[in-house]
Amino acid sequence: MALLEINDLCATVDGKEILKGINLSLDSGQVHAIMGPNGSGKSTLSYVLSGRAGYEVTGGEVLLDGKNLLEMDPEERACEGVFLGFQYPVEIPGVPGTTFLKTAVNAVRRYRGESEFDAMQFVKFVRAKAKEFNVSDDMLKRAVNSGFSGGEKKRNEILQMAVLEPRLAILDETDSGLDIDALKLVAAGVNAMRGPERAMLMITHYQRLLDYVVPDMVHVLFEGQIVKSGPKELALELEKEGYCQFFETAA
Amino acid sequence: MPDGMKIDLPLAENYENVAPVLVGAGVDWLDALRRDGLARYGALGLPNPRVEAWKYTNLTRMGRTKFISAVTAAQPSLDQIPAGALDIDAVKLVLVNGRLRPEFSDLDQLPDGVTAMNLAEAVAGKSPDLQGVLRAVVSGHDMPMLALNAAYLNDGVVIDVEKGRAIDTPIHLISIGVSDEEPVAFHPRNVLRVGDGAAVTVYESHIGLGGPYLSNGAMDIRIGEDALLRHRKLQNEAENGYHVATASVVLEARARYENYTLHVGGLLVRNEIHAVLSGSGADCNLYGAYAGRGNQHIDTTTFVDHAAAECTSREVYKGALDDNARGVFQGKILVRRGAQKTDGHQLNKALLLSEGAEIDSKPELEIYADDVKCSHGATAGELDEEQLFYLRARGINEAEARDLLVAAFLEDSLDVIGDEDRREAFRSIISNWLAGRSQRQED
Repeated sequence: MALLEINDLCATVDGKEILKGINLSLDSGQVHAIMGPNGSGKSTLSYVLSGRAGYEVTGGEVLLDGKNLLEMDPEERACEGVFLGFQYPVEIPGVPGTTFLKTAVNAVRRYRGESEFDAMQFVKFVRAKAKEFNVSDDMLKRAVNSGFSGGEKKRNEILQMAVLEPRLAILDETDSGLDIDALKLVAAGVNAMRGPERAMLMITHYQRLLDYVVPDMVHVLFEGQIVKSGPKELALELEKEGYCQFFETAA
Repeated sequence: MPDGMKIDLPLAENYENVAPVLVGAGVDWLDALRRDGLARYGALGLPNPRVEAWKYTNLTRMGRTKFISAVTAAQPSLDQIPAGALDIDAVKLVLVNGRLRPEFSDLDQLPDGVTAMNLAEAVAGKSPDLQGVLRAVVSGHDMPMLALNAAYLNDGVVIDVEKGRAIDTPIHLISIGVSDEEPVAFHPRNVLRVGDGAAVTVYESHIGLGGPYLSNGAMDIRIGEDALLRHRKLQNEAENGYHVATASVVLEARARYENYTLHVGGLLVRNEIHAVLSGSGADCNLYGAYAGRGNQHIDTTTFVDHAAAECTSREVYKGALDDNARGVFQGKILVRRGAQKTDGHQLNKALLLSEGAEIDSKPELEIYADDVKCSHGATAGELDEEQLFYLRARGINEAEARDLLVAAFLEDSLDVIGDEDRREAFRSIISNWLAGRSQRQED
């Protein structure tokens, strides 16, 4: 059984059809990239998978380990193992980073029938992870993402992924707004999280990130459908020729 | 009995029976003060929307409750201080239905440089210069409840801090409203004078048992030159409690006033602060938060009077309102002619957590000087959907995510309290309020 199975998924935003029958299958241990021009539906796909309000599914199904994902609340999906790395992580003034992480980790542990961490256990656990993923103590203490640089926000997303240990990580434009050093750090974090027990869906506009996180498959999303799939070399081809070939076909 | 001691208005029906037993009855200046208060209350009436200053807070319904005066009622017996007050290390002064109760108070542990006594002792001549303070009922404003307080002048506590003293131990005034059988009304008048160059921290906790009861308190605060008063108040009255409080604050030159008020209790609440910055370089800081649910009505009314040059005032209130709760914020900054280089800012931010919740904000600036920096603002909104989704996408359920965001919003107001332990005392009250909120959602 595939880890993620998307069958003929259709979705609208404000009554406008954005996803027009997406088919995608992802096995455990795999990393797939979804590329496409602006407005092709990449972010919509990530939000539909994670359950954001305002995205109405009008057809098709999404199965995570055989379970119907679309029936679940966002928090239930997260507990089942869906992780969305946000393109623009939101700042939450007043909520300390550690409080947020502890609440999230314990919610997921409770759901999975594991014992909750007490304060001491959690500090030990999160400090080790933070060190591994280049997140400073100061960043942990501050309010969630508040006043963080672009690079800090993305590193913080990767840390959240590391502590929540998802089955499926959806990384939405993780490379956007990063300089090359920040990109390398984030890519190293993503690579460290690759493993046989999870799958990743990397959504990106540019090929650049894929130099550092090499995918098993590349899909091209165009006007709400996957129009082409291929091995990692497809990304290089797109980089050279752009997305105009699809526009011509569509026209 | 002197003339004019009988008026037919709620809360004053039996005044002629109470007047003769009020402390110092027969002393000319006290009689005159009370008579003026009663006459003024008689002229203004129980606050209702026709009185501009009470446009959003109507006491007409409260007025239908037949309150008896705590002065003639039996003092309730109480074994211990009920739960709900701030948990802080401090010298306690405990008032039950407005009257100082020595058996619960730490009168023998007052720090050097601080005196405290009940109002009865004070008016009997033990506290100097009291007449002037008590007579200075803020004039020119429609303050019927303050006038009523003056009419019933009897209970309360008078605190003096010697000049030049920096007092480390905080003082904690705990007001307990108790009514078992009959609704009780009490009108304590507290006086707090901080001498020149002195510094002190005073807490207030307002809690209660039973109800309905009315706590219509007034506090006269004088802060001397170069003195500092940190004044922090928790209003956590019983569910059926009515809480009306008027603080009149006078700041001398270079005095600093730091007020923080947290409201979580009471059925109908009006908290009014009138600050007069009478000496140049004075610095007035009014901060606070209010959290309402059910049918609570919480009114914060402030008036900051810049009467001298080069003074600063800051005002930030944050409110979270759930169910059918209603919040009111009226804030006025007056900059008088000659109060040049005034720097005054004011902000009210309200979070509406349900369709039925409501906030009325009325910020006002009145400026007669030409070289000033003043601003005011008010916002009202719901929880941020993006923040909620972010938290939920990490596995945190919706109720818990909302609580985290509401707590963050309210606790943000606590930043002005420097000391972590004391911040924690207020934070735990906010947590309890949130816990009560989630509890009810499960029921």
